[in-house]
Amino acid sequence: MKVIKIDKQDFTSGIEKLADSYRLFGPVKEKESYAFQKLEKGQLPDFNFKNTRLSIKSVINPQSEVMFEYSLDEKQTDHHVMKEAKKDYSPRAIFGVRPCDGKSMVLVKPNFDTLEYKDNYWLDSYNCTTFVGLACNDPCSTCFCTSAGSGPFDETGLDVLLIDMDDYYIAKAVTSKGEALLSAASWDTAGTLDDVEDKKSKAEKKIKTSVSIDNIKDRSINEIHQASFWEDIAFSCINCGTCTYVCPTCWCFDIQDENSGKSGVRMRNWDSCMFPLFTMHGTGHNPRGEKTQRVRQRFMHKLKYYLDKYDQGIQCVGCGRCIQSCPVNIDIRRVCNIMNDYNYE
Amino acid sequence: MQNPYLPYPVRIDKITNATEDKSLKTYKFVFLDPDDERKFAYKAGQFAELSVTGKGEIPIGIASSPTEKGYVTFTVNRVGLVSSYLHTMKEGDIMGLRGPMGNSYPWDALEGKNVVIIGGGFAFTTLRSSIVYMLDPANRSKFKDIHVVYGARSPGMLLYRDELTKWEERDDINMHITVDGTDDPDWKYNVGFVPTITEQKAPAGNDDTYAIICGPPVMIKFTQPVLDKLGYTHDRIIMSLENRMKCGIGMCGRCNIGKEFVCKDGPVFTLSQLNETPREY
Repeated sequence: MKVIKIDKQDFTSGIEKLADSYRLFGPVKEKESYAFQKLEKGQLPDFNFKNTRLSIKSVINPQSEVMFEYSLDEKQTDHHVMKEAKKDYSPRAIFGVRPCDGKSMVLVKPNFDTLEYKDNYWLDSYNCTTFVGLACNDPCSTCFCTSAGSGPFDETGLDVLLIDMDDYYIAKAVTSKGEALLSAASWDTAGTLDDVEDKKSKAEKKIKTSVSIDNIKDRSINEIHQASFWEDIAFSCINCGTCTYVCPTCWCFDIQDENSGKSGVRMRNWDSCMFPLFTMHGTGHNPRGEKTQRVRQRFMHKLKYYLDKYDQGIQCVGCGRCIQSCPVNIDIRRVCNIMNDYNYE
Repeated sequence: MQNPYLPYPVRIDKITNATEDKSLKTYKFVFLDPDDERKFAYKAGQFAELSVTGKGEIPIGIASSPTEKGYVTFTVNRVGLVSSYLHTMKEGDIMGLRGPMGNSYPWDALEGKNVVIIGGGFAFTTLRSSIVYMLDPANRSKFKDIHVVYGARSPGMLLYRDELTKWEERDDINMHITVDGTDDPDWKYNVGFVPTITEQKAPAGNDDTYAIICGPPVMIKFTQPVLDKLGYTHDRIIMSLENRMKCGIGMCGRCNIGKEFVCKDGPVFTLSQLNETPREY
């Protein structure tokens, strides 16, 4: 795969060229934080960010998405019949994808791309996208990607990895999709990876915290589920759901019909296992009616159920967003290590 | 790529009250496109999402049997937003049907075995599907003895009463209908709770006998010790679960019990399987 050197002044012209054949997305400053947004003509992705507040989940699997349209007007033909909503799945490129977010796509995909069913919304959105990563030279104190199966220079799930070498970028094509994007931008000066290794190991050394899962792997689901630490872990949780929204690997969603006069749309919206309504039966019975049960569900799903189900590590990329955003300082690193270090008997 | 969220359009062909208190109605649906009926090929024990346009979807067990052609039926309890609205709909109205979903009862394993069906209250819909399926002339010889213990609060709360009466008259199925209590002097069947009648009437458990239980939690709670006493091993006790669902295809994340999804990996599990999961249902 190609390794390209991009002078910073050539970066702008490349982005302008790409705008002809791609819908461009990238990080944009929004008040105190950064968000992935569609870039307007001439707008550049803002790379002065550590990480975005929401992950690329907000682009690939938007918080609210129309699935179908319908008419409730009995004078119309096909009233009450669901019609597929029009979608734009023309080529799209997302710039500034941190390696943790790239990896998250690989973890989320098996949920939507199964043997029996294909979630066309997620898959069409994913397939039309070229993921242009940006290596982390300067990780945050909340990052623990290196022990969560990823790393600040991880290429998994990306099509191109950009590395900021101060005066220029090194662009490493990871897939043929990525090579096509580099060509379309006319970025064609050959570069080398000679100085990249040094940057990479420096960045990895800056990550000081980690999680362990060896013992979690060996224990049964019921053993961990019934362990005595869950009340303590959940004690301060206010079930606000922020952790699930900012998480790149939380994918749960709700489906609702929204009417407006005689027409309406069926849409899907992010949902959260932190909310009592998520599991409440019509009768009022609720299998996860207590806060502790919901907190346990979230961590068990990420750190045990996923691990057992897919055999490709935990459902966490170590991005640290939930740690930064939690209003009561619940720290998934601490929870994971409690689960791992507990004396199961 | 087929959109798994797109319901088949259906017309409500017939609505009947299923219980004397009118809290349950049985809906017979006909597919607007006859080709969709072929695509909706199902097995007894599966469910579908009833899609009420403008209100939402509800997961409901399929009450008709795969041997009944030209339509599909569901018996729906009036509970929440969608089911309450459905109870106000009329014959001829258009809505949607998405499915079939879930894994069904294990028909391959049940072949050549005695089948004991234990049901209570409203949870008799997929059991009705199973009984009709097994009693079909093309299928009856595939199974040994069939026992059915079915109970409700009162005679008027039993689902599918006409059929229950007809099955009582047959000699290739052993019916044990019961009610918690009744002041009807003409009631000629059992009086007593399902666990009690099960203990009295159900055959002993062995390698050749499977029990399928469907009912309210309290019925299951008291029936399970009876089955243990009768010698049923937990891999021969089959249960169908319910949980809140949206997608029905294992993606939206809410109906899990441990790593299994009730919608996709279930709703049918053996008790042995359930013993390995957190029982969040």
